[in-house]
Amino acid sequence: MTEVQTLVKELADKHGRKRENLMPILQGIIEKDRFISEYAMKEIARELDISTAEVFGTATFYSFLDTEVRGKYVIRVCKTITCAMKGKNQILLALEDSLKIKVGDTTPDKKFTILETNCLGWCHKAPAMLINDDVYTELTPEMVRQIIEEYRKREELPE
Amino acid sequence: MGKKQLRRVDLIFANDDDYLQILKKSLDIPTEEIINEMINSGLKGRGGAGFPTGLKWKLTGESKGKQKYIICNADEGEPGTFKDREILTQVPYKVLTGMAVAAKVAGATKGYIYLRGEYRFLVPLLNKEIEKFHVLCKDAGLDFKVEIFLGSGAYICGEESALMESMEGKRGEPRNKPPYPTEVGYMGKPTVINNVETLAHTFTILKYGAKKFRDLGVQDSRGSKLFSVSGDTPIPGIYELELGMTVQDFVDDFSDGDCKAVQVGGASGFLVPRKRFAETNIGYQGKLTGISLPTGGSMMLFNSSRSMFNVLDNYLDFFQEESCGQCTPCRVGCQQLVKGIEAVKRGDKPASYLDKLLKLTDTMKYTAKCGLGQSVANSFQSIVENFREEMIY
Repeated sequence: MTEVQTLVKELADKHGRKRENLMPILQGIIEKDRFISEYAMKEIARELDISTAEVFGTATFYSFLDTEVRGKYVIRVCKTITCAMKGKNQILLALEDSLKIKVGDTTPDKKFTILETNCLGWCHKAPAMLINDDVYTELTPEMVRQIIEEYRKREELPE
Repeated sequence: MGKKQLRRVDLIFANDDDYLQILKKSLDIPTEEIINEMINSGLKGRGGAGFPTGLKWKLTGESKGKQKYIICNADEGEPGTFKDREILTQVPYKVLTGMAVAAKVAGATKGYIYLRGEYRFLVPLLNKEIEKFHVLCKDAGLDFKVEIFLGSGAYICGEESALMESMEGKRGEPRNKPPYPTEVGYMGKPTVINNVETLAHTFTILKYGAKKFRDLGVQDSRGSKLFSVSGDTPIPGIYELELGMTVQDFVDDFSDGDCKAVQVGGASGFLVPRKRFAETNIGYQGKLTGISLPTGGSMMLFNSSRSMFNVLDNYLDFFQEESCGQCTPCRVGCQQLVKGIEAVKRGDKPASYLDKLLKLTDTMKYTAKCGLGQSVANSFQSIVENFREEMIY
């Protein structure tokens, strides 16, 4: 069995094989791989015995269920009104500058991806961003550089 | 008339350590009495739509079916709203108590908290609370289990029928209504679906009785409400305020002194310009005079340094991305609105083109399938009509 097949099977064993278990399974793939490949979608369809189109349909609907390769750390910067008013663009520039990539791109070492996202629910502490599930608020460009530096250091440590 | 002080209320976040007693006591009260108490309190859904909570519980209870569900809608996605996260962080047991009592009233044994993916960091905390809660339910003799269901970043899933589709593993596309969830909800079964804040308020009512809740507020808008305050204000945050204030009352307390407009109810709500502050009330349905705006509690302030074109452009970009795409008026309408105002701003289209766009939003209001497409007209019309000069080249 391939790695993906094993993961899909594990997730299906854990959550079940009914249609209503599809979301948790897709979320499980994201948690592990940060994106859902076409191959993974086909495997899920097979495991749940539903059409591949159904799995594609659901997976591509949700903005957090990425279907393109993403880095180990997915950074989502809120671009909705209050964050936009409070300097979201400067946060993006600081990220692009630190990581040497543009919004929407992933670093060549597959560690970081920068994305924009809609309202994160931290409008009173704008600007805000998520790195995977972790929330960072009241950001300044300086803070952003420090945060990225910390993640880089974490990556350099032996696992 | 002197300046009216907004009445701050401290019910929702008050730490009530008698939660077990409230739960036990409430489960002993006959179902009918609880329903009456909820209806008498005047509590209406705090997600924004404002349906009477007691009636929702009653209707679900009366629906035929052995399997029924209770869902707590924690898919808080409206721009400018962040109160539900705070409730779930500080007083999750109030929400769970509300769910348990709803379960008893409706005859449900299974509940879900649909938590937006953006709040995934709350899962460990909530699961711990749910574990404790399950023990209490067992002690109180109630067969009821709650589980968290995570969303994955889709604003539309805050719409109740889209939320249920999502839970069923499908695209979050709203259903036609009727039938309503009270009859045909999650997995086609009768379902009570309440906003986080609504459930937290039911705790207040269960603890203090309907009267204490009803004594707050005015006419059709009873009780207190959490307001998420952001934008150009020196004191952004979450405030529990008595219903029945005007936008002017609000601005007096929260503005930075230079408030040009307030967006009530988030991107899907209305923009109130300075000249309408005094005559606009915040609450549900009719008041005798003036305009009354319903709200999920999002209040965003804009001072005179802000371009209302940029504000509208930001909202429309949001709707364009978050439209589920199943109905044409919303999918194409949102795209055309973004293109349209940008073309007018650039000077590629004449100012009169704004009138065509206004007409388009009217069409969307009547033909879009769900609240998302229907409510784009709210912010579009209130911004374009009040700040037309900022929209044109």
